[in-house]
Amino acid sequence: MDLTPTEEQRLLRESAGRFVRAQYNADARRKRAEAGEGFSAATWREFADLGWLALPLPEAHGGLGGGAVEVGMLMEAFGEGLVDSPYVSTVILGAGAVAAAGSSAQQADLLPKVAEGALRIAFAHSERQARYNLADVATHAVKDADGWVLDGAKTAVLDADEADLLIVSARIHGNRADAKGIGLFIAPRDAEGLTLTTDLRLGGGKVAQVGLAGVRLGADALLGGLEDALPVIEAVTDHAAAALCGEAVGMMQTLVETTAAYIKTREQFGKPLSVNQALRHRMADMAVAVEEARSLALRAALFADAEPVDRARAVSGAKAKIGRGARFVAEQAVQLHGGMGVTEELEIGAFLKRVVFFDAMFGGVDHHLKRHAALSAAGRAA
Amino acid sequence: MNFSFSDEEKAFREEVREFLASALTPDMKRAQGLTPSVFSDKEISDPWHRALASKGWAAPGWPPEAGGPTWTPAQRWIFATECAKAGAPSVSPMGVAMVGPVIIRFGTPEQKAKYLPRILNCEDYWCQGYSEPGSGSDLASLKTRAVRDGDHYVINGTKIWTTHAHHANMMFALVRTDDTGRKQEGISFILIDMTSPGITIRPILTIGGDHEVNQVFFDDVRVPVENRIGEEGLGWTYGKYLLEFERGGGIAAARLRRGLQHVIDMANGEAPGQPIDDPALALKISEIEIDIDALELTELRIMSALQTGQNPGAVSSLLKLRNSEIKQAITRLAVDVLGYDALVWEPTRPLYGLNRATLPEIELPVVPEYLNSRAFTIFGGSSEVQRDIIAKLMVGL
Repeated sequence: MDLTPTEEQRLLRESAGRFVRAQYNADARRKRAEAGEGFSAATWREFADLGWLALPLPEAHGGLGGGAVEVGMLMEAFGEGLVDSPYVSTVILGAGAVAAAGSSAQQADLLPKVAEGALRIAFAHSERQARYNLADVATHAVKDADGWVLDGAKTAVLDADEADLLIVSARIHGNRADAKGIGLFIAPRDAEGLTLTTDLRLGGGKVAQVGLAGVRLGADALLGGLEDALPVIEAVTDHAAAALCGEAVGMMQTLVETTAAYIKTREQFGKPLSVNQALRHRMADMAVAVEEARSLALRAALFADAEPVDRARAVSGAKAKIGRGARFVAEQAVQLHGGMGVTEELEIGAFLKRVVFFDAMFGGVDHHLKRHAALSAAGRAA
Repeated sequence: MNFSFSDEEKAFREEVREFLASALTPDMKRAQGLTPSVFSDKEISDPWHRALASKGWAAPGWPPEAGGPTWTPAQRWIFATECAKAGAPSVSPMGVAMVGPVIIRFGTPEQKAKYLPRILNCEDYWCQGYSEPGSGSDLASLKTRAVRDGDHYVINGTKIWTTHAHHANMMFALVRTDDTGRKQEGISFILIDMTSPGITIRPILTIGGDHEVNQVFFDDVRVPVENRIGEEGLGWTYGKYLLEFERGGGIAAARLRRGLQHVIDMANGEAPGQPIDDPALALKISEIEIDIDALELTELRIMSALQTGQNPGAVSSLLKLRNSEIKQAITRLAVDVLGYDALVWEPTRPLYGLNRATLPEIELPVVPEYLNSRAFTIFGGSSEVQRDIIAKLMVGL
């Protein structure tokens, strides 16, 4: 048992921290926001050069074979600088699904390109009526002589507008919320009948609604030929949620540091705000929330490849508590910055927006508490 | 980073489990389970202490020359966790965990030779003379005086919240030997024989109905100068060193987990109306379990840092704060689960001395434990003091 980082892990964390401090400091973020720039292709290539895109992908297909712990370290650095990259959508969700369920031909075709930065994959699974129920898939896929035909609609698809491919879930058989009968399909973004409605995403990046009207795909488009892909969907969603937990830790850390620096210099009634015990204790609670989040994000990563029920409990526990803790830290950061905290002139609000995104994505506090409780109750009954 | 125990660590865990299976008797487990006070009663903790001492395991944190078992931080974590899981009593901490490390670090060779073996073998029972009626969180304002008279100090004053003073034959105390400088400067650390003439003990009953703490009065009590630890006037330094041990026990998650399991067992068993079927209760159980998971992983991170010779930083306040808050959340939930059974008050102590009671045995300690556990966020530096420390040391304010 040793939870200190290995030398390799330490170097990864340091290089990510250096990159973020250089390119995602407050000035750089402001310039980007003013220029209205999204995530640049040049930066994505840099990610590839640094080995970050290959990091969690299998070594057999150009990856580095890293795990969720390494991903968590990278994400924590991203969170510190509020990096708005399509990392989770392409590497964790899209490529993660291919690595988990793809045939060897599909893996050999797609994963090396992701590792090199030459291919982006979005993951189109959620549907409006499903809320956070991963089994609720109304989009359907019908097989005919030429292959598959998909009809339906997807929501909350991250970074789809710049993706080359979409992994789309669709029901092959069964009723709308059945656990069985869901497949994952590889669809080119420019497939006929596939429409994207893209918006800016709260807290950075893009989000799309995807329409599928008679989208024709080849017979080999079904990922791994798998007609019961729900366990894969649950696994990659848990992995992505764990990665976002790591990112949230970085965000919380920056918020605490920024707020501490502010209340030490801001003077009212002739003395710095930081002498007031009410504020000191608030900040102590914020610091405790960060440390608890750090432990739970690491715990979720350590359980990422455990038995599905253990993985799910660890991820839901982390997502629920970090969701609450991050909201507390971000809202109090705004509060302690006073009137300036609610303006666009400071960056605190940008972090708060990303925290709201974090909480909503893959299910909020209540959803994950209920999931944790349901899994625990099932475990006790067994 | 490696989340599983090594083969050596697993073998050690087996050894601990085997020891617990033979040495921890059903009577001890039952008595501990029926203990609603913060500390285990002397009549439970002493036999357990002796069992551990016979195995060489009574003082996990001590160096080998003082009789410690030379465990790694991981072994200490495994040992504490397995003991908690098995429902073992806690050894009285005042000797082994509190004054012991101070004597080891600051004591003379004579003091070490005299006191350490007696602590290790459970021959002395210690109590702590720190707080006074006028000095709680502001400990350095303490007023109990020690005036030099030849080879003795003459002590006058009073100490309060003295856990198990009525069992103890020794006390370590902070006393004022000088009040001319800063209030921290005139304090000395001395060891007092509780059988000395001039000491009287007044019991204080806690709201759970237990006699655990006392007020101790000193009326011209003569203590040999050789009983002073270190230098006169440096007691505050030694006392702070001890407080680090008191707060940074650092291995609390397993005991909390056992407490939560007790709540689940009640809700699933004898509590009126099968509360386990209530989804609102299931959510509360999950929230506490997640809190324990976070604390446990924090403990493991600290253990790993210690293991590799790193300084874990100012985390003992964080551990103390969260441990005490989670403990209170568990005891509060336990009372909820009792429903109408919470109305029945059983005044007899010890509870394990009862042969028959109205309530099922599993429910018997719940309400007194809830009440006594309010002290968790007060003793050893209140939660407010811990937040002051966290703001200063972790946030840098």
